[in-house]
Amino acid sequence: MSLAEILHGLLFDFTLRTVALGAAVLGALAGALGCFAVLRRQSLLGDAISHAALPGIVLAFVLTGSRATPVLVLGAGIAGWLGTLAVLAIVRGGRLPEDTALGIVLSVFFGFGMVLLTWVQGRPDARQAGLDTFLFGQAATVLPADVALVAGVGSAAALITVLFWKEFKLLSFDPDYARALGLPMGRVDLLLTGLLVVAIVLGLQMVGVVLMSAMVVAPAAAARQWTDSLRTMVLLAGVLGATAGVTGAALSATARGVPTGPTIVLVASGIVVISLLAAPRRGLVAEVMRAARVRRRIRADAVLLDLYALSRQHARSAHPHALGTLQTMGGRERGVTASLRTLEARGWAAPSAGEHWAITEEGQLRAEHLLRTGVGGEDPESVEGAEGGAES
Amino acid sequence: MTAMEFEVQLLAVVVAVACALPGCFLVLRRMALLSDAISHSILLGIVLAFFWVQDLASPVLIVAAAATGVLTVALVEALHATRRVKEDAAIALVFPALFSIAVLLIARHAGDVHLDVDAVLLGEIAFAPLRRFEWNGVDLGPRSLWVMGIILLLNAAFLALVYKELKLSTFDAGLAAALGFSPVLLQYAFMSVVSVTAVGAFDAVGSILVVALMIAPPAAARLLTHRLPLLLLLSALIAAASALLGFHVALRLDASIAGCMAVATGVLFFLALLLAPERGALARILLRHRQRLEFAGLMLTIHLLNHEGTPRASEENRLGHLPEHLRWSRDFALRVARHVEREGLVIQGPGDRLELTPLGREAARHLMVR
Repeated sequence: MSLAEILHGLLFDFTLRTVALGAAVLGALAGALGCFAVLRRQSLLGDAISHAALPGIVLAFVLTGSRATPVLVLGAGIAGWLGTLAVLAIVRGGRLPEDTALGIVLSVFFGFGMVLLTWVQGRPDARQAGLDTFLFGQAATVLPADVALVAGVGSAAALITVLFWKEFKLLSFDPDYARALGLPMGRVDLLLTGLLVVAIVLGLQMVGVVLMSAMVVAPAAAARQWTDSLRTMVLLAGVLGATAGVTGAALSATARGVPTGPTIVLVASGIVVISLLAAPRRGLVAEVMRAARVRRRIRADAVLLDLYALSRQHARSAHPHALGTLQTMGGRERGVTASLRTLEARGWAAPSAGEHWAITEEGQLRAEHLLRTGVGGEDPESVEGAEGGAES
Repeated sequence: MTAMEFEVQLLAVVVAVACALPGCFLVLRRMALLSDAISHSILLGIVLAFFWVQDLASPVLIVAAAATGVLTVALVEALHATRRVKEDAAIALVFPALFSIAVLLIARHAGDVHLDVDAVLLGEIAFAPLRRFEWNGVDLGPRSLWVMGIILLLNAAFLALVYKELKLSTFDAGLAAALGFSPVLLQYAFMSVVSVTAVGAFDAVGSILVVALMIAPPAAARLLTHRLPLLLLLSALIAAASALLGFHVALRLDASIAGCMAVATGVLFFLALLLAPERGALARILLRHRQRLEFAGLMLTIHLLNHEGTPRASEENRLGHLPEHLRWSRDFALRVARHVEREGLVIQGPGDRLELTPLGREAARHLMVR
């Protein structure tokens, strides 16, 4: 299928349009709210919530006999919410580490969901068919009404996030300070976690229990690489999440038998990899280049100092010295020429016939400056040293 | 009990114990959720190995799956080492990606792969006895029982072999490194053991139950003891009990055995959380209660000492006066008075007068001096 056909499908194919729209809204919601979870080192809370939601889905069906999305989502939400409370209770009550609490809640709630699911499936009630699509998600079952639900609840969640922006920000970065200010951080925590629960249960139908955690973490982790501002990060994570949603939905529509959930997750993972590599300041490529530049500067400084030391041996400082001498002094043969070219470009060294080099007036000043401040220090005339990665 | 039921129960117990032993160290080393990550991502190894050997029973699958488990740990640590993402985020990024690839591969080749993703997640231990291990035409029992039995022995042997090293690196990684043990080597050896266990177990019980069996019994045991050997023993016992409990409940309800076993681990953990002798919720409520009473009793002796021999002593040192003076409820005052009397610090005089015993006077003076 060509790109044009995919675009045409996105715009005019009813199912694909619905799925893509749903995935986009969901990706934006989960991505934006995921930022807080990632910053608070709660990335795996999403995993626990999504697994804990399963018994709620089945119980909601058993109690109401309805398979309508809002009913099941409500059940999932209540169960997910109870799961997070259970995590809190285990951590506080038993003084166990948080990851242990998450693991217990995740597996026990999910196991309970499986018990309920197999029990329901054993009953002569045909309406239960399809409840297990929540395990892996089935985007094709998404209806326009579901998309409207996700969009409606999502807007409400976005509004709450805007209203409580200050509190959420404080909670993410300095909850102790916020508590000292007298803000009820316990309740703010519950509210924020509640929003996360909402985002996750809304996504279960599309992406499924197992992969939903990736929708929460991946866009946020990717967005973190590009910015140090929370506002930008949340907005960017929303955009990246939506992009992953639409792209994944479109890709899975190009071939038969390609499930939507895993495709969306893989696209989101791809975005993370690109962000980790290519982000301008925190990116790994940028770091490698930065390290190479610093190494070059230090090598050039060392050669300049050698040249300076040689020049002090002669009455005339502009006396040229053989390349071989400098290579011997530097203890290495390779790279000395490159360093000399760098120095020449800066006007600190000048070549003369037969691979000889001499230090210039400016080079002497620079060398004396280096001897005072130390090799590899910032170059006073250049501002390129002004970068310093913000370490998280 | 039919022979098949017996075999299923035996398998369940073996799986539970095999998971719980390395699980203790996962919980202690705060790597509980790596078991979640591993138990999902090994699916990729199984799928890839299946494409290669085209045989679901091949031992190559186990090796490949275990290798994927170790790869997961390596990827998480590599991602964490870039210092661009925290460790929890690294876990949440790696395993969904690997799991997604596996699901996509299965979906793309649905026709040729007889691999059901549902079965992988949930497992079906009830069918395990159907796959027999035969040798020269002699039936030697269910295949997974052999596999899990060997894995259990391997786990026990591994723990016995590196017990000292594992203990040291778990509780004081810095000292272990300083003494010349290689934490990295040990870490990867341990994670290989976890991976192999997860692979063997998830064939029988599904990946989610692997997580439950690896984490919940050791966590429950952790609440019951502070000693490592006891922790290992209790985890194994709790795991085995969960397995049997889960099996029988599942039989009654005609529901998923793996699911019921997971719930049983949860129930036993909850009981431990509630009833553990020192760290349990109930024990701590009782402790707080007792401490409150003891503190109030000492307050009372000090109060009595203060007024002893003063003109107002007969008025102050009365039980009926305590609610007013110490702001206690009548009921609480009565309980405190009974407590100090039992301790031999105070005796009730005529009327509701309270008088210090020599022992009580000594206790109050001692406190006042401090």
